[in-house]
Amino acid sequence: MDNKTIYALSTVYGKSGVAVIRISGNEVKNIISQITYLDIKKIKPRYAYFIDLKNNVTRETIDKCLILYFNAPHSFTGEDVLEIQCHGSKAVLNSVFKLLSGFENVRLAEAGEFSKRAFHNNKMDLTEAEGLADLIDAETSEQQKYAIKQMSGNLKNLYYSWRESLVKILSYLEAYIDFPDEEIPDNLSESILNTVFKVREEIEKHLEGNNVNERLKNGFRIVVAGAANAGKSSLINALTKNNTMIVSDIAGTTRDAVDISLDIKGYPVIITDTAGIRNADNEIEKQGIEIALNKIKEADAVLALYDASVGDFDNTLLPNDVEKVFYVANKADKLSEEQKERIKQSNHILISAKYQNGINILVDELVSFIKEKFTPSSGNLITRQRYREALKDCLDNLNRFSLNKEIELSAEDIRLACRSLGSITGLVKVDEILDNIFSSFCIGK
Amino acid sequence: MNKFDVIVVGGGHAGCEAAAAAARTGAKTALITHKINTIGEMSCNPAIGGLGKGHLVREIDALDGLMARVIDKAGIQFRMLNASKGPAVQGPRAQADRDLYKKYMLEALQEQDNLIIIEKAVEGLIIDDKEIKGVVSAEGEKYFAKAVVLTTGTFLNGIMFTGHKTTIGGRVNDVSCKGITSYLKDAGLSVGRLKTGTPARLNGKTIKWDILDEQEGDKKPIPFSFLTKELPQPQIKCYITHTNETTHKIIRDNFSKCALFSGLITGVGPRYCPSIEDKLVKFADKTSHQIFLEPEGYDTDVVYPNGISTSLPADVQDEFIHTIKGLEDVEILRYAYAIEYDFVDPRELNHCLATKKVKGLYLAGQINGTTGYEEAAAQGCLAGINAGLYSQDKDEFYTDRSESYIGVMVDDLITKGVDEPYRVFTSRAEYRLSLRADNADMRLTERGYKIGCVSEKRYGVFKAKKEAIEKYSQLTKDIKISKMEIEEYNLPLKKDSPKHTLFELMGNSDVSRETIEKIIPEFATIDDAVYEQIAIESKYSGYMKRQSIDIEVFKKDEMVKIFPDIDYSKIGGLSREVVSKLDKARPSTIGEASRISGITPAAIIAILGYMKNAK
Repeated sequence: MDNKTIYALSTVYGKSGVAVIRISGNEVKNIISQITYLDIKKIKPRYAYFIDLKNNVTRETIDKCLILYFNAPHSFTGEDVLEIQCHGSKAVLNSVFKLLSGFENVRLAEAGEFSKRAFHNNKMDLTEAEGLADLIDAETSEQQKYAIKQMSGNLKNLYYSWRESLVKILSYLEAYIDFPDEEIPDNLSESILNTVFKVREEIEKHLEGNNVNERLKNGFRIVVAGAANAGKSSLINALTKNNTMIVSDIAGTTRDAVDISLDIKGYPVIITDTAGIRNADNEIEKQGIEIALNKIKEADAVLALYDASVGDFDNTLLPNDVEKVFYVANKADKLSEEQKERIKQSNHILISAKYQNGINILVDELVSFIKEKFTPSSGNLITRQRYREALKDCLDNLNRFSLNKEIELSAEDIRLACRSLGSITGLVKVDEILDNIFSSFCIGK
Repeated sequence: MNKFDVIVVGGGHAGCEAAAAAARTGAKTALITHKINTIGEMSCNPAIGGLGKGHLVREIDALDGLMARVIDKAGIQFRMLNASKGPAVQGPRAQADRDLYKKYMLEALQEQDNLIIIEKAVEGLIIDDKEIKGVVSAEGEKYFAKAVVLTTGTFLNGIMFTGHKTTIGGRVNDVSCKGITSYLKDAGLSVGRLKTGTPARLNGKTIKWDILDEQEGDKKPIPFSFLTKELPQPQIKCYITHTNETTHKIIRDNFSKCALFSGLITGVGPRYCPSIEDKLVKFADKTSHQIFLEPEGYDTDVVYPNGISTSLPADVQDEFIHTIKGLEDVEILRYAYAIEYDFVDPRELNHCLATKKVKGLYLAGQINGTTGYEEAAAQGCLAGINAGLYSQDKDEFYTDRSESYIGVMVDDLITKGVDEPYRVFTSRAEYRLSLRADNADMRLTERGYKIGCVSEKRYGVFKAKKEAIEKYSQLTKDIKISKMEIEEYNLPLKKDSPKHTLFELMGNSDVSRETIEKIIPEFATIDDAVYEQIAIESKYSGYMKRQSIDIEVFKKDEMVKIFPDIDYSKIGGLSREVVSKLDKARPSTIGEASRISGITPAAIIAILGYMKNAK
């Protein structure tokens, strides 16, 4: 935490008509003069103004809203505070957040930060503090849940790979600094530079490409998984209505994962067929299964397909961290009415790939999932904003990095970069760096 | 005559500093050691300083402690480590003449007012109703004091291992102390075991020096103490050799005989001071390891081989040492041993190194789970100052992570505890650019003076330096560089950008002091140390701006003290787990509390709220 100006959404995010955003800190007056047409010298504290909220760069009007200004120390944090009451739509909030984070020395508040400032400025009493503590606990655990949910799969791997790279570089630099008499190889600078370039490039790319846009461009990844002979290829055929794949009754025909691009009601979707997952003893097939498991982990959704005439889906076939699973019971044509009824009650989607029955229902389910997932929800929006700010900060520090300055300054750049990234992935502690040094180099006279 | 304000038990590096520091604050102090002869003994390597460690020595000096002044007299080779890197990560280091070091340390203690030295083995503590009253000697004599500092090093139930052979004692040819641990346990302190080791000692007369690589000291040696003007003594050389595959084979063949791998030693040893057998296991593909051969003094043939500490039996040590280049015919004067000893979980302590459970009892040095002379001395200094202040009913002295390596070390110890002997590294300091060996006086001397532990003499030197820095630093910021000057002196500045100041040039390594003196002739007369401080300030200015904001925020939390008698179970909104964590650590400030693992922002808010209401 620092003494920057902070902002946060004070109302519950959702479809409510009005949302309240609070901003606290030294930059408040500057923000008012830039995003409204009001004269800051004439504005009266604690008076409501109905204004056009404008983008300070493009001058576009974002929303018509009410604003209230509280001058320090007569505000609940004891600092200058601006309260913006705008429309509660996601689009408006998104634009306002973006606008605010564009200001220098302004950032999204950490959990409990408004209260902490209020406390430091003698503005809070016990009941308030206790109430707030509960609230913050709820907020952080919710956020953690969201963060974990959102970070499964690709994103998590990406962030953690950056963290790992930075920890490695930092431990190299710190080893040079703290162990000058030891036998540290002197050819590490190339590896350090390459890693910084790589991480920098990846973060840049990541920041440019909004996740949703990325998906819209490349397609949502859906993987069809299931035991051999469950009818995976037939299902994909049914979806594509095109016999592009070999369909046979011999188990294990499809060994490698195969991607097919489809347009499902306007959404680009990549459907991947996987090898039948079972306990294979043949080496090639084992490899196929390995590939399949990786595809499943990376997917936005998995269609867990099973032959309902034989039994239920075997959940041990799926890894634990799958984003979303649709259970699809195939071969409805072979089932009695009674069996069909039972499957419908278990919320599984009943189809017959062979006769193309139930495919429409499956498609509708998929489309509504895609719609929901890629329209930001409250947690998503907040976390995403937080991530963006942390990554931007991390990138700034990496951009300052070079090996052409004193090594302690190069190390300082990476330390600060680690600190920014650490706010997403968990702080990088000194012991982690030391562990890395002692396991990489033989230190100790 | 057995009543004192402060009693310090132990005459090692922590004990010496503690006794001197307590006495400096004006407390009537007794240093009790079982052997006056081993006061200031360097039980392991004959060297002081290094990265982080050199920083600590400068901080001790800034508080008017002894270590820097003594090593300046007893040093036989001085090197500034990382001299090619920036000032924040340079650390002074010196080889010492072991006997001279002891001699000058004893002299310094004898010269100290308010301090007497008593030769007695302490075996017991007098604790009455959770308050220390004094100590008891092995013969049963009682010594009373309001504050006691324990600096028992590796002597609490020390056991030495050479292979499977065990000897009881805290150091070779020395006894161990059995009694004190049980008093600590009875008082409710949590005690554990740690391990360390020391290599064999060699006879320098039997080493083939001529075939080994030399390592010389600095041409222009730089002293440790801010008060030392010059180092007139001659400088010796160290030498470097390496283990080889034959050495490694012998060690590997005898793994089963070492105390470490046979499970005999249960304590945890430091990773950065691994035994040679540890190195072979962890880095199996390395075919050679470096060894520094460090002479132990001017008038001795004893040589310390730095890099081959071991717990192997004597016959195996004999065999493998003789395979090393230059040591083929060496005479081994003493064999290496590993030592295991009791330590107190440092989370039992507060930021002044006082135990939270026994009023007036302070612990410093290896007893707190640290390793190293400098770490011990720095703790001794802090504990001694606080024991002295406490015994005179004065306010405590506290230095935090943003001010000193002492603060970093103590905060790490008391908030995180240790799982291996703790050593200081510059990487442990988040404000490393501010915590430099060169500015330890600027960081601490004024504070030390205010509490009465810094002499008028030192304060005078400090004040003159500080005023000069302020004056000339302002001057450099006021002096604008003209286009003409940029051209004339070929300065690395853009001609078209707005006014540059002389300050910008000071930290630029491409601009020499001569050039600066041409621009402003007045600078020819200023002291090197003053010039250096302004140059460093300039070099780091961009980073320091950001760091000082961080420090300001850090300080805010550090300044909020938690009531010492706070009852966490009464605070609404804290989970039972959080309450028990806070109860164990009993943090003294909000900042400290927030660094304990598992303490959430919500818990911090709840504590703040509770305290506010209680006021």
